[in-house]
Amino acid sequence: MTIDVLIENLTVFVLAILLGFEVISRVPATLHTPLMSGTNSIHGIVLVGAIGLAATADNPLAALIAFVTMAFAGANVVGGYWVTDRMLQMFKRRPVPSTDKPAR
Amino acid sequence: MNASNIGHLVQLAFIAGAALFVIGLHLMNSPATARTGNRVSASGMVIAISAEIVFVTQGGVGLGNWVVLIGGLALGGGLGLRMARTVAMTSMPQLVSLFNAVGGGAAALLALADFIARDGHRVLAGGVPGLDGWRTLFIIADVIIGSVTFTGSLVASAKLMGRIKGQPILIPGGRILTWLLLVAGLSVSIVMILAGAGAVTYEPSILTLLLLAALACALIFGVTMVLPIGGADMPVVISLLNAFTGTAVAMAGFVVGNVMLIVAGALVGASGAILTRLMASAMNRSIANILVGGFGAGEGTQSALTSAGGTVREVSVDDAAIQLAYANKVIIVPGYGLAVAQAQHGVRELADLLEARGIDVSYAIHPVAGRMPGHMNVLLAEANVPYPQLREMDEINPEFERTDVALVVGANDVTNPAARTDRSSPIFGMPILDVDRARSIIVVKRSMGRGYAGIDNPLYVNPKTGMFFADAKRGLQELVAAVKAL
Repeated sequence: MTIDVLIENLTVFVLAILLGFEVISRVPATLHTPLMSGTNSIHGIVLVGAIGLAATADNPLAALIAFVTMAFAGANVVGGYWVTDRMLQMFKRRPVPSTDKPAR
Repeated sequence: MNASNIGHLVQLAFIAGAALFVIGLHLMNSPATARTGNRVSASGMVIAISAEIVFVTQGGVGLGNWVVLIGGLALGGGLGLRMARTVAMTSMPQLVSLFNAVGGGAAALLALADFIARDGHRVLAGGVPGLDGWRTLFIIADVIIGSVTFTGSLVASAKLMGRIKGQPILIPGGRILTWLLLVAGLSVSIVMILAGAGAVTYEPSILTLLLLAALACALIFGVTMVLPIGGADMPVVISLLNAFTGTAVAMAGFVVGNVMLIVAGALVGASGAILTRLMASAMNRSIANILVGGFGAGEGTQSALTSAGGTVREVSVDDAAIQLAYANKVIIVPGYGLAVAQAQHGVRELADLLEARGIDVSYAIHPVAGRMPGHMNVLLAEANVPYPQLREMDEINPEFERTDVALVVGANDVTNPAARTDRSSPIFGMPILDVDRARSIIVVKRSMGRGYAGIDNPLYVNPKTGMFFADAKRGLQELVAAVKAL
């Protein structure tokens, strides 16, 4: 890792943290669970690294690690976005009057 | 188009993906736009993944590699989808914890693979220095943080599922073990970073062993860190582990040289840090204090009356119903006990009845009402409570004075006025809902048992308070029936 690359990456890192603080402190407490589950899906971005790994694995050990990493990151991305969407569709300004049996 | 152009396009796609993450998170600032925000973020993910697949295809991917890639993705994605579709909203903290675990685990594996690959192929074969100090630093940080997150989140998830006792588990010597692991892990890391920087020289196989030692320390540390923490402290633990995962992913970004991982990891890290701080201050405890553990000894069974003094006024279901039905303004204060009793639908039904009588109804939600940040809001939204009625603590507290009836269901410590007045109380200084300022209070409670902090609640002997002793679910059903009969 050259020092130039390091500094470039550190710049991005620090600015992204500050941006994250700005954006996320505006999220109301009502949405903190979907926020956490949504950011959870975002860290599924390790999938991008996992794809690079899977594509270049040239021995059984590397292939095994790549497979597990793909599975972990895949579960993270797919499950994370899906469950966040499931939660958010329940937040309604005026829910349709439900006639369902409340007790379940 | 040549390969270098494609490489640049892929880089641009990553920037677009990162921007969509930020825009998506920004749209989460209101319940009205949050769902769109999540989809914007998901589209950023799809763009990034597609770009990476295009990129690796340029280098030629063997059949076996495609099998690993697609097989792993299909297996993980399928399992993730299944869990996401079937999970009950009360179990959301477990699932989020599980996703923290796999995210942290994947980040740690990335660094591990990178290290082993470099060790095996470049350092040994070419004699080219495959490592340098900085790179080693990021690899080891990623492996350690990712592994701690992995096992820590699995333990947290198991505790929340009830597979492991929710109470703090104190192993004899556990604290010393935790410290030893920390010292050992850090020492190994320093040695490795020095080796990476060229200050000391070791055989690659020794370096691999050192990394595996650090990995083992981190994995065990994750377990010993979370085991002693009580169930009610889970909102803080989950938030902290969320911040860890973000950091691990950012470190992985430094290792594999991908800016998008760095940006995404930093965003998640910032979010986790904010939530950790919010949760800790809502409990009036320092993060260090929670990590030391041992406070949340669980529901007490002793009478809360013994030292509180004064007498408890019991209220019948009919009296409670009359009080509610002839109020102008009612605030419902739900606690985790409501969710445990699965009484969310009952409470919404009661609120609907009261609203139909022209009464102003809202819900006062304490930040730690639930097992993760904001949990209670999701549970109530699931029961069809409109989100404008879900009010945050700071916003609703001034309204209690103008409230005819505050109806407390399944909440205890977060309504305890001792937090405001009694310097000797363990929860002194904790922000609470100002329930005692309402004109009258009805508490639905099974018995006089204490809350999780195991302390008396003077609210229950307040002359304005009527205690309605019942299981939350049955109590609410009785109230609904009684209000209907009026």
